[in-house]
Amino acid sequence: MTDKTILTHLERLEAESIHIMREVVAEAEKPVMLYSVGKDSAVMLHLARKAFYPSPPPFPLLHVDTTWKFKAMYELRNRMAQESGMELLVYQNPEAKERGINPFDHGPLHTDMWKTEGLKQALDLYGFDVAFGGARRDEEKSRAKERIFSFRTATHGWDPKNQRPELWNLYNARKKKGESIRVFPISNWTELDIWQYIHLNDIPIVPLYFSEKRPTVERDGLLLMVDDERFPLREGEEPVMRSIRFRTLGCYPLTGAVESEAKTLPEVIQEMLLTTTSERQGRVIDKDGGDASMEKKKQEGYF
Amino acid sequence: MSDMADPIYKTDALIAEDIDAYLEQHQHKSLLRFITCGSVDDGKSTLIGRLLYDSKMIFEDQLAALEADSKRVGTQGQEIDFALLVDGLAAEREQGITIDVAYRFFTTEKRKFIVADTPGHEQYTRNMVTGASTADLAVILIDARKGVLTQTRRHSYLAHLIGIRNIVLAVNKMDLVDYSQQVFDDIVADYTAFANSIGITSFVPMPISGFKGDNITANSPNTPWYTGKPLIEHLETVEVDVTADQDKPFRMAVQWVNRPNLDFRGFSGQIATGIVKAGDAIRVLPSGKTSTVSRIVTLDGDLDEAVAGQSVTLCFADEIDCSRGDVIAIADTPPEAANQFESTLVWMSDEALHVGRAYWMKLGTQMVSVTVQAPKYIVNVNTMEHLAAKTLDLNAIGVVELATDKPVVFEAYTQNRTLGGFILVDKITNNTVAAGMLHFSLRRAQNVHWQALDISRDAHANLKNQKPAVLWFTGLSGSGKSTIANLVEKKLHRMNRHTFLLDGDNVRHGLNKDLGFTEADRIENIRRVGEVAKLMADAGLIVITAFISPFRAEREMVRAMIPEGEFFEIFIDTPLAEAEKRDVKGLYKKARAGDLKNFTGIDSPYEAPEGPEIRIDTTKMDAEAAADAIIERLLGWH
Repeated sequence: MTDKTILTHLERLEAESIHIMREVVAEAEKPVMLYSVGKDSAVMLHLARKAFYPSPPPFPLLHVDTTWKFKAMYELRNRMAQESGMELLVYQNPEAKERGINPFDHGPLHTDMWKTEGLKQALDLYGFDVAFGGARRDEEKSRAKERIFSFRTATHGWDPKNQRPELWNLYNARKKKGESIRVFPISNWTELDIWQYIHLNDIPIVPLYFSEKRPTVERDGLLLMVDDERFPLREGEEPVMRSIRFRTLGCYPLTGAVESEAKTLPEVIQEMLLTTTSERQGRVIDKDGGDASMEKKKQEGYF
Repeated sequence: MSDMADPIYKTDALIAEDIDAYLEQHQHKSLLRFITCGSVDDGKSTLIGRLLYDSKMIFEDQLAALEADSKRVGTQGQEIDFALLVDGLAAEREQGITIDVAYRFFTTEKRKFIVADTPGHEQYTRNMVTGASTADLAVILIDARKGVLTQTRRHSYLAHLIGIRNIVLAVNKMDLVDYSQQVFDDIVADYTAFANSIGITSFVPMPISGFKGDNITANSPNTPWYTGKPLIEHLETVEVDVTADQDKPFRMAVQWVNRPNLDFRGFSGQIATGIVKAGDAIRVLPSGKTSTVSRIVTLDGDLDEAVAGQSVTLCFADEIDCSRGDVIAIADTPPEAANQFESTLVWMSDEALHVGRAYWMKLGTQMVSVTVQAPKYIVNVNTMEHLAAKTLDLNAIGVVELATDKPVVFEAYTQNRTLGGFILVDKITNNTVAAGMLHFSLRRAQNVHWQALDISRDAHANLKNQKPAVLWFTGLSGSGKSTIANLVEKKLHRMNRHTFLLDGDNVRHGLNKDLGFTEADRIENIRRVGEVAKLMADAGLIVITAFISPFRAEREMVRAMIPEGEFFEIFIDTPLAEAEKRDVKGLYKKARAGDLKNFTGIDSPYEAPEGPEIRIDTTKMDAEAAADAIIERLLGWH
């Protein structure tokens, strides 16, 4: 016997994610991949292309849009859909649109209406029974305990006390009519794994992850980027050009930037490794409602 | 904090000075998944907290919160209480999700780690088994002051049962016993005796203090008598299962057939064991057809070879049948297929095992229907005694025999986790109710050749000039099943159809006279009736059955036995109040008076069909009209 091949951690994680995606396609009636244009979505899309090559991934991409994402995100989204040969579905909650729900005036209602409600509406509208999501267990306490196949009731609720045991690599995808499953193929990846995988595979990501001089204002302890004219400046606020980048991307008025000079992927990774605050700290969303806030959101149907 | 000056993560300098070199190093790290066991008091949380802290997986904002919490609610005075990192919030605990497995991540210079942090208590056996099922190694913690406890034994047994070959016995809190070698040696001797008794042949003992950091990252001056590796070094260097699996013969369960166009046909799956090379002769199971591997296809280009653990797509030189559920194996040493097994089952559902009921069994990518016999014995996980039992309750571990409805390609779990590990799924609730580990087949399926019948099923039916069918009546006692079934048979007889009616009178007094009315007996009653109906249908008859058959699962089981299109579930829908009012046999009166136990509708449930082929509402239709409607539907299919 020749020397054994020792798979690297990334090779094992990749193989696991691909296995999960193929199980879903083999057992689901109508799967969809949620695509939020962030770095985790970028990795998910790449894994999907690997899993089914030379076939294109046999499901569409769904972007639950809030109309408040960074411009650069919309650009990359459209480009990636084209390159992958996958169908791109964009859903915007019509009620939120009509009521003009926005992050400046409506606070938590913004996330609730556009994202949580929007997602439920989109899944119901198209009748998807399984939705891939890019959540990772290292992100947040309640996610550390969520299964890879996570069941939702017909009303999209999550019951953390009633999760199915998940043994070996055997996933039980059986469900009743009306129930759906959220599947998280990159559950076991860490932030560093994601970055390194993007680096090794040369996966396109939104340029906002790299430092550049951008117009910003400092507000409520966050450094916000003035991405378009809809950003209402408060009295005395004047956009200042700063070298900034983003560690995570969401709606631009809710996403805090960090001051940085990291212009390449290795520099970004270097900065991440030397940094001393956790990833989601730049997001307002985790903080509404204290420590259990993400868990509560998930029970209500947030991804 | 002086004890914490020696972090595992010594590469800080490299990250700052040469990130490319660091990434190059990081990229080649392997992965170890491990589980920590032991009760909370043994210092499990403190140890994990320590590993996270020493490997710099704790950020400043988290550390600030941790320091504040340590002062406020910690148990370590002014020092950091690492346990708080892992145990989460009191509120969270009250919500009940700390009883679940939590996964945590850290990295050292040589390896990446995923830790499954599982709860210690007996009632969470299923969670422990879940966490252990994906682990390469188990760290079993012992409190040096307490020695080998019931918990230690239980966790060791479960880790061994699930097949974890690498076991670390971490004798913790050595600081509290003055780093005594005697204490350590006594505990190791104790544990060795126990380990041998359950078949654990090797383990690595080490004296540590999670709190003080002894023998975690470096050998401690406090235990000069200990010559083994510190914990982290051991975790960094131990061989993992996926590597060991490469020595076994090649097997891959087919997940998905990749067919983008007429020119490409590939078979996708994750390699369970062994190595596959382009040009290898392979065999597809259970068909036994052979071919050679022409390509190993990936997005990054074709591979010359692929190894256990990798997800790949294989192409064959020949066009042979192969689909999801099949197993591709090296041609000269293929696995067997069988339909009766002995197996260990870990029961994971609040609802106990129903002996004789059909469950789904998922093994690799194979999904089959399976029935489980009464346990041969169950294991008392605290004492390792074998006890007699009629069923398996939540967290019970038992040895059972099971039978599948078609041959399953398998290997013993100890040889191959993918082809020997399975889950059972309840057919009605869809919940995962058990984890199983196959031991061996009871007889080789390849030796059970079905008697090659010269007179085929079709020949029987053709002679009678009819299509066989099973008309399965279900409904409450007194709903009118027998009356209508009798009429149907009379009418079919007049039409020269060959029929046979099975009902309580001709079955309960003979074939099933050994059965009573408990739930288990009712299940068995219906199973036998189903089998008899199937044989009669094979003989070409139109079989009519009239049984309450209250449980959906058994009706579905019978449906699965009968060829598609030949099973007609006929729901005689009479409301309970109406049936009770009629009370032809006076049974409801007796049941209400408590003289008759387990009476359907009164103190035993009736699960109405969800999608019967025929539904008869007896409040709207008399028996004659009902019989005509049924016959019309039956012959309409002809």
